[in-house]
Amino acid sequence: MKKSVILGALTVAGLAAGAAGAATLDDVKARGKLNCGVTTGLVGFAAPDANGEWDGFDVGVCRAVAAAVLGDPAAVEFVPTTGKTRFTALASGEIDMLARNTTWTFSRDTDLKFDFVGVNYYDGQGFMVPKALGVSSAKELDGATVCIQTGTTTELNLADFFRSNNMEYTPVPIETNAEAQQQYLAGACDVYTTDASGLAATRAAFEAPGDHVVLPEIVSKEPLGPLVRHGDNDWGDIVRWTLNALIAAEELGVTSANIEELSAGTDNPEINRLLGTEGNLGEMIGLDAGWGKAAIAAGGNYGELFEKNIGENTPIALSRGLNAQWTDGGLLYAPPFR
Amino acid sequence: MTTLSDPPRESFRLSMLLNDTRYRSYTFQFIALLCVIALFSFLGYNLVKNLQAAGLNISYKFLGETSNYDINQTLIDYSSQSTHWRAAVVGVLNTLLVAFLACVTATIIGVVAGVLRLSKNWLISKLMAVYVEAFRNVPVLIWIIIIFTVMTAVLPQPRDFRGENATASMWFDAVAFTNRGVYIPKPVLESGGMAVVIVFLLSIVGVFAYRRYATKLLYATGKMLPTGWPTLAILFVPALLTYFVLGKPISLEMPVLAGFNFKGGINILGSLIALWFALAIYTGAFIAENVRAGIQAVSRGQTEAAASLGLRPGRIMNLVILPQALRVIIPPLISNYLNITKNSSLAIAVGYMDITGTLGGITLNQTGRAIEAILLLMAFYLAISLAISFIMNIYNSKMKLKER
Amino acid sequence: MSDTHQHSIRFVRESMLPEQEPPATERGVIKWMRENMFSNIPNGILTLIALYAVYAILSGLLPWLLNGIWDAPSIRACREILDGQTGGCFAVLTERWNQLLFGFKYPNHLYWRPTVAFVLLFVAIAPVLFYNTFPRQMLIFTALYPFVAYWLIWGGSILVPIFALVGFGVGYIVYSKYVAQSFAMGFFGGIAGALVTWWLTGMIPVEGVLAMEAVPSRDMGGFMLNLILGTVCVSLSIPFGIALALGRQSDMPFIKWICVVFIEFIRGVPLITLLFVASVVLAYFLPPGTNFDLILRVIIMITMFASAYIAEVIRGGLAALPKGQYEAADSLGLDYAQSMRLIILPQALKISIPGIVNVAVGLFKDTTLVSVISMFDLVGMIRGPILASTEWNGVYWELLGFASFLFFITCYGISQYSQWLERQLNTDHR
Repeated sequence: MKKSVILGALTVAGLAAGAAGAATLDDVKARGKLNCGVTTGLVGFAAPDANGEWDGFDVGVCRAVAAAVLGDPAAVEFVPTTGKTRFTALASGEIDMLARNTTWTFSRDTDLKFDFVGVNYYDGQGFMVPKALGVSSAKELDGATVCIQTGTTTELNLADFFRSNNMEYTPVPIETNAEAQQQYLAGACDVYTTDASGLAATRAAFEAPGDHVVLPEIVSKEPLGPLVRHGDNDWGDIVRWTLNALIAAEELGVTSANIEELSAGTDNPEINRLLGTEGNLGEMIGLDAGWGKAAIAAGGNYGELFEKNIGENTPIALSRGLNAQWTDGGLLYAPPFR
Repeated sequence: MTTLSDPPRESFRLSMLLNDTRYRSYTFQFIALLCVIALFSFLGYNLVKNLQAAGLNISYKFLGETSNYDINQTLIDYSSQSTHWRAAVVGVLNTLLVAFLACVTATIIGVVAGVLRLSKNWLISKLMAVYVEAFRNVPVLIWIIIIFTVMTAVLPQPRDFRGENATASMWFDAVAFTNRGVYIPKPVLESGGMAVVIVFLLSIVGVFAYRRYATKLLYATGKMLPTGWPTLAILFVPALLTYFVLGKPISLEMPVLAGFNFKGGINILGSLIALWFALAIYTGAFIAENVRAGIQAVSRGQTEAAASLGLRPGRIMNLVILPQALRVIIPPLISNYLNITKNSSLAIAVGYMDITGTLGGITLNQTGRAIEAILLLMAFYLAISLAISFIMNIYNSKMKLKER
Repeated sequence: MSDTHQHSIRFVRESMLPEQEPPATERGVIKWMRENMFSNIPNGILTLIALYAVYAILSGLLPWLLNGIWDAPSIRACREILDGQTGGCFAVLTERWNQLLFGFKYPNHLYWRPTVAFVLLFVAIAPVLFYNTFPRQMLIFTALYPFVAYWLIWGGSILVPIFALVGFGVGYIVYSKYVAQSFAMGFFGGIAGALVTWWLTGMIPVEGVLAMEAVPSRDMGGFMLNLILGTVCVSLSIPFGIALALGRQSDMPFIKWICVVFIEFIRGVPLITLLFVASVVLAYFLPPGTNFDLILRVIIMITMFASAYIAEVIRGGLAALPKGQYEAADSLGLDYAQSMRLIILPQALKISIPGIVNVAVGLFKDTTLVSVISMFDLVGMIRGPILASTEWNGVYWELLGFASFLFFITCYGISQYSQWLERQLNTDHR
């Protein structure tokens, strides 16, 4: 148990070092598993269930990429990361991609040397307060005690919001969502702030969700998306277009229910290209022709993933809002598959 | 008589490097040096290469940039417009504050528990044994979380103080225990207030001077001066006199429920209290053991000798046992102080903004400068530890001189 | 006066009175209580306060413990069953029992393997802890145990631990062959022999030979992870600690200097910063593409941490040996390695055992810190997945109490052992 672990690992390390510099795609294929960074647990986005199976909206993206690359949606190793560890985990190659509701910001994209491949959820920071407090607007929060999860853009937005409105507040920084919830419910803070989606997810887990309201103000833009290391553009393309495939599939009406039928060939050339029955898109990004089909079949298209994990019929009950297709007035707009 | 001649000069052989004790140590040191150089150049080379591959660099420039986040407990001026460096300094002060409070409290708890554990009272000594064992054998992280959770779950929220049928009330309208922390009145110095403070500080010096004089007189003449009431008198009378003469220049600012929270007064944050108490009670258990061991190390004959001189039990403890026990107690006591300082980094579990929370937490997250931040963090703790060990070494060598 | 007194005597007893019971205050429970609890007024007050404290604690604790619910699907169901009465919701322990012990990713059907490894741990450790009671032959099993346990917990081909064992075997044979000539030669020869063996066997494909289902170390969690980290790091750090302690005592200035810097550095920083290094920074210092498990990086860091502390304990042991022992060894003409191996270390280690056990207890408690770097040990499981789940959101007391209880019985057991050992070793009668 003791030395042999180190030896085994050293051997593995030696092997891995031999393959250093090779593209992420080859690494993933050689490993047979995709290492995907997720949160340590946020219901609806990524959380292990009672059997230890990861489930959620971000998890769905990981599984789609695994299905596209390896043909198996289960071939994912989920690596729980905190706000502190997520970027180094990605930079050091411990994970191949990060799908952990991470906000796309200028400095992260440039200074920290990552590539955001797209946006899988358009979010914004909101505030939740107990109904009993009688607050109806975030502008009334002068002097409040605010619970924040550390390691996110949240604390910066919060500082900006209160400063620009000339209000005072006491921040209570908390490491995990579970503890923030406990503090908020016990009344140790008046307000809980995080991304609106996270608020909805947290509120859903409460015993009496009706006693709490999410205030109408959204104080920031939080485009959340998966990201990869800067520099490996081939791998970035794969993750980017897998995400786009999920979005395009919804627009084109490809669902996990009809995908078998559609992949026999349809009259719509774009569906055919997406599902690999026409053209050679797969070859262009170094994957099989059926990559798109596999990705969509893994958990359904974007809309299905949304409905299943965070949609209106789930306890989290998020409406599509900005995350509707552009045809429905939302912001989702997949570039053409051609 | 034969004349001594030089031993035959051995020609140097390579195997002598390993087998000849004269050279062997050089060989080993040389090998060790090579290994260290190799290790560091390996690590350094990898670092440079990795950073190059990721397009990053090592730079402490971020310390001068605006931090953009707020901190809930700042001992010096700080706002979200201050620099990361200032945030780190705020964190350092918060670390030192909680470490200092915990050290003082832990010492008091530890000495009391250690002495009581040796008490003849069966119930008390057993209770203290339970306390010591229960706290020593459970990780301090769990204690921190438990105390924090208990505080938030058991104490009332500020809302409970409000309204006609408030479920909670303030103590003497001055102190409020809430699950956000304890609100206490804050002394406000008006003009002349400083004078009162200075007089009070001088009185403290005066007390020590008086006690020293009393001891000297006792040793010189055997005359015993009372110490109890003069101490109190010296301590309070001058300060009170100045206070009233100058027309009450110090007032108290009471915490008042306003808006969401209590306003005014001093707010001792819940996370500070949780960390402070957890560290104090946990380390107190260790100190209690040290105190017990120290007292037991003083041979029974000393107690008996003191008793035969007619000293009362309290005096035996104060004048005979404790001074001797201190020599045994103090070195581990100081290493316990060191542990408190290091364990205070667990503040991160309750969101207390110490240096690990500011520099090693939010600053690290926001700037992504992991290597720089963690190196700086380690350097800070190392500096504190070395300073404390330095004091300890001075103390030890001082104590050693008196030993025979 | 005395005359009148004499006259007043009317009766002189000539026989003994029958023996009477001592007064009620001087016997039995009352006497004991008088002496031990109410010997004087402050003492009595203290006793009463203590009694009240005990009453307050027990009156809160007992109903909660005895009235606990052991079977319910969620905290809400628990509260419904309790219906406003005091009582703990221990159902969370029964429902999440496996998660608390093994983490949430260790395959369910393989729970027997770590359990067997855990039971065998006692068999392996017994001859070390109670070296007088158990036959020395059992030490062979102790030597084999690490490999067995590795195979049981991590699974995979049995050849991996066997090859590792063979490497140690070859190393030992080489060592014993050359040690007669010179310790250094035997030592380095042994290391070289072991490395060559591992390198050679490393080329043999082992995939699937006598394999059990492999479990990646990322899937370890719960109390098992604390135990693994504790035992692995303590046992690894003892040899390193000995080396560091000897290095610090060495008269070779450079080696001494390295050891002092290492020990003081590690002891000067909190474990949590070292764990940050493991989780955040270490990857930058390894060759590009190297991918250590987080658990392995953590093991390296905790081992470094523990070995610095153990080195200080052993240094204390070395310093406590009478100088005569060193001189006696020298006068026998033993060289450094021989005198250390045969005379000094056996005695010094014996003195240091209680100290080492204390370090081990401290270290075992410190393994909970890994929860801060998002590993799911016992505390991590509680703070993370269990408390975050919809069913058990709000069950703090039961879970934290359970965690404290587990740590308490383990650490209290070890520290009782250490005290027992101290009494055994303490052969001088003062």
